[in-house]
Amino acid sequence: MILQAIAFYIFAAILIGSGFMVVTARNPVHSVLFLILAFFNAAALFVLLGAEFLAMILVVVYVGAVAVLFLFVVMMLNVDFAELKKGAKQYLMPGLMVGGLLALELIFVVALRWNFAATAVKGAATPAGISNTAALGHILYTDYIFYFQTAGLILLVAMIGAIVLTLRKRPGVRRQKAGEQVNRTPQQSMEVVDIKPGQGA
Amino acid sequence: MASLIHFYTYLPVYIAHLFGFETGPMNYGWAWTFSQVTLIGVFEVVLLVSIAFWILADRKIWAAVQMRRGPNVVGIFGLLQTFADAMKFMFKESIIPAGANKVIFILAPVITTTLAFAGWAVVPLDNGWVVADINVGVLYLFAVSSLGVYGVIMGGWASNSKYPFLAALRSAAQMVSYEVSIGFVIITVLLFAGSLNLSAIVHAQEHGWFAFSILFPMFVIFFISALAETQRPPFDLLEAESELVAGFMVEYSATPFLLYFLGEYVNIILLCAVMSILFLGGWLPPVFWPHDWLPGLTAALYAVPGIIWFMFKIVAMFFMVSMVKTFVPRYRYDQLMRLGWKVFLPISLAWVVVTAAWVQFVRPSWDAFFAPLLGG
Repeated sequence: MILQAIAFYIFAAILIGSGFMVVTARNPVHSVLFLILAFFNAAALFVLLGAEFLAMILVVVYVGAVAVLFLFVVMMLNVDFAELKKGAKQYLMPGLMVGGLLALELIFVVALRWNFAATAVKGAATPAGISNTAALGHILYTDYIFYFQTAGLILLVAMIGAIVLTLRKRPGVRRQKAGEQVNRTPQQSMEVVDIKPGQGA
Repeated sequence: MASLIHFYTYLPVYIAHLFGFETGPMNYGWAWTFSQVTLIGVFEVVLLVSIAFWILADRKIWAAVQMRRGPNVVGIFGLLQTFADAMKFMFKESIIPAGANKVIFILAPVITTTLAFAGWAVVPLDNGWVVADINVGVLYLFAVSSLGVYGVIMGGWASNSKYPFLAALRSAAQMVSYEVSIGFVIITVLLFAGSLNLSAIVHAQEHGWFAFSILFPMFVIFFISALAETQRPPFDLLEAESELVAGFMVEYSATPFLLYFLGEYVNIILLCAVMSILFLGGWLPPVFWPHDWLPGLTAALYAVPGIIWFMFKIVAMFFMVSMVKTFVPRYRYDQLMRLGWKVFLPISLAWVVVTAAWVQFVRPSWDAFFAPLLGG
């Protein structure tokens, strides 16, 4: 139990620290890298809770795919973040107020059970014999099947929309057609000519 | 694993006994921690040393196909060649380019190597011989392999030079593309095995390896995608010697370069092991008949330790990976992308549906039909 408590505090501290660095880092690429570190530690906290499926999906989806896209964009666009941040000072007071309010609410919610580590380590109620992957599957594909399918459909529409928006047909562009190439026979593409001596060029 | 914990639990008792005083057994948490650390240490050392010989094997196979002799000077048959190379790398000065982002520049190869080793944590070498027998083993492997792209992007970006950066983008796009089809292939295997645990997947193959079922096309796709994922030829576009300098590793030298190199090979062996587990029955012997048909032969095959079968399979897969390098010409980048998105993705997506239908509708009657025949 003591090991898990230590692990919890380490992960939680790094999570908060890297979250802070995401906002404050000068270099946007560093920001994204700290964001990845934050995702990682969140996944570790999920593991401590016994929600290993959620942890792995968090890493696969957010770290393995979403953050890669962030990195791509941030690295290639060369956005001048110092310029963007110039006017940030005037938002300082409202920002601090909203943030402080949220923090206050959080404190009110958790103040009654202040011992995070013990709560976090206790873990979810996992019935014996069912892994939480199977349990999630059972719930998603029975009780919430329509919501699940709707979410999938919305994503599909978004995907097709993106493809339609970026697709452009340029006439006159020669593309490689692998099927045609593979199906080509020697008869179609070459001719054996018997040239008599003294003829030909 | 359990016996190791047992060993550590009673270790203080033995030691105390030896020196003539009494003490209680170690508490479970500490015994578990010590045994995990021991296991991880053993894994690392064995892997590190074996990588030297995998690299040598790769070069020897390559040489043999081209009718050369390969490395044959350092040590007998060149056995120590890789150690000599490693020494050379380690004693060189590691150059960090001016204007490079130092921390990230050094961190990138470390990440690549660490992730490559981390993947081995869930690989079962034999029944129960596994560092972390977690419920979501396959997902863990998938997560770790999808993180491999960071080593590449970070290295390319931190070098602060155009060529590594462009190469990094290129190879990152390649790795991300092929991960998609690897994901779908893994889903088909999961549908067949009904579990995400790697040991459970191996146990599900006791009556027939997945490679010899309707999953065979997925095996082929996984093999090719694994080549693309580990940047092996014919998909080694990041360091295409004839066109580029050395991809995202241009600015790397000495030990950081060695780390990239090491990570690459550890990854290749890891994917060979994963292929053996997902499709070739992991540590199981090649018994394709009902176990009571040829009892003598079956018993003899099962008497061989599982880890030996597993090693055989890894060697066989590595031999294939190595042979591909020798005789398949390199793909062009657009051909690579076409293969990943227009061929593998639709096929594997369709195969998920086919496999699900098979598992749901055909397999029960299939099993019922063959059950009397198989004595089950």
